[in-house]
Amino acid sequence: MRGNLDRFVDTFFNAKVMLKYLPDILSGVVVTIELALFIVVTGIAAGLALALLRSLGIRPLNWLIIGIVDLFRSLPPLVVIVLIYFGLPSVDLSPSGFVSTWLSLALVLMAFSEEIFWAGITSVAKGQWEAARSTGLSFGQTLMNVVLPQAFRLTIPPLTNRTIAITKGTALGTVVAVTEILGQASSAMSNSYNPSPLMMGAAAYVVLFFPVVVAARWVETKFAWKR
Amino acid sequence: MNRPIVDARGLHKHFGALHVLKGVDLRVAERELVFVIGPSGSGKSTLLRCLNRLEEPSSGSVVVDGIDMLDPRTDINHARQRIGMVFQSFNLYPHMTALGNVTLALRKVAGKSRASADALGKAALERVGLADRAGHTPGQLSGGQQQRVAIARSIALEPRVMLFDEPTSALDPELVGSVLEVMRSLRESGMTMIVVSHEMGFARNAADRVVFMDEGSIVEQGPPAAIFEHPAHERTRSFIGQIQQH
Repeated sequence: MRGNLDRFVDTFFNAKVMLKYLPDILSGVVVTIELALFIVVTGIAAGLALALLRSLGIRPLNWLIIGIVDLFRSLPPLVVIVLIYFGLPSVDLSPSGFVSTWLSLALVLMAFSEEIFWAGITSVAKGQWEAARSTGLSFGQTLMNVVLPQAFRLTIPPLTNRTIAITKGTALGTVVAVTEILGQASSAMSNSYNPSPLMMGAAAYVVLFFPVVVAARWVETKFAWKR
Repeated sequence: MNRPIVDARGLHKHFGALHVLKGVDLRVAERELVFVIGPSGSGKSTLLRCLNRLEEPSSGSVVVDGIDMLDPRTDINHARQRIGMVFQSFNLYPHMTALGNVTLALRKVAGKSRASADALGKAALERVGLADRAGHTPGQLSGGQQQRVAIARSIALEPRVMLFDEPTSALDPELVGSVLEVMRSLRESGMTMIVVSHEMGFARNAADRVVFMDEGSIVEQGPPAAIFEHPAHERTRSFIGQIQQH
């Protein structure tokens, strides 16, 4: 029994291996953070922009937006990454693995967050629009001051879930040679013949995303108001 | 009638195959209180909503305080400041305080500074008897209080006309009085008002004119006593008979 536990610890939490590959994992963490920040900021901004455009109600434009959104919601992110990384060079663009992963996941996050923002905007009662417009507020003023603040409150929980799920997709960057956490951990694992680096990688993901979840809860309570 | 402050002529409104307004003319004089009654689906609310163009009339003309509301060159957002509207479901902004609700358009449309908007907003809340509720959110107010905040939100902009779309229909009976009280004091201040409502008691003692609508047309109109006691049309008689049974 004792021997079994020792063997387990030696295999999965080998101190020597861990110490040796800690710097690699840490550099992977930095890459993951950079990538995640880029994806979240651009993906959500683009998603919000599309939802706002859609609210203008210009029909051909809306068809285009819905088409794009449905496409990127249905494609597996890995496929998008591969398409961009290996496909764009044929039109004389050679994005790095980092840029390919960023673009791909940002597009996927854009698609999902557009749907979430749109659902939030349409869930605000028509009477809110009418009351605001009847006092002379313009469409844009009503959207910004009356509708979006109410929509945001409803979008925060699903948006957080999506953001975390898609940001974890940064691990897919390994396929196109991005040296993020998982990439670093798996090459360390094959170099050391030991899965301990993977455990470190796992720990790194938890440390990274836990604060995000906590922050999301805080934002949720901040946007809540008594009905 | 001197130059009417509200002058709607030949209003038609189609919703798809539904012909909701069938050529309605409504002229309202300054300081007049016009009560619009009629069975549900008769087009009362649609008529009201065409006056500030929340609903686009299919044809006809609407002139309010000399402004052609349907002219594409009219700055509709500017024009709407002159026409207050109160809704059945209050439609207060739930994420703002009572004062926030009242001051939003003052700041964004009338271009007041925050300080002067707050002062005007508090004065408007004072007029509806809710000065002490300025910091409350709609969720913390009763239905009657919410509707009075909604009235304050409109009167803060100093409109020339106020439209009321069934302002008491969503209220518990014991809260109706406080809203009618505010409407009565508005009336005494000389506000021109067009009211769609089933509050016949209020119509009787406050209205200058009662307009009876049915199936998208005005059937008849006149002083409350005439309409209620001696309706000329059978449809009016049966409608008034029905509502007076309650």
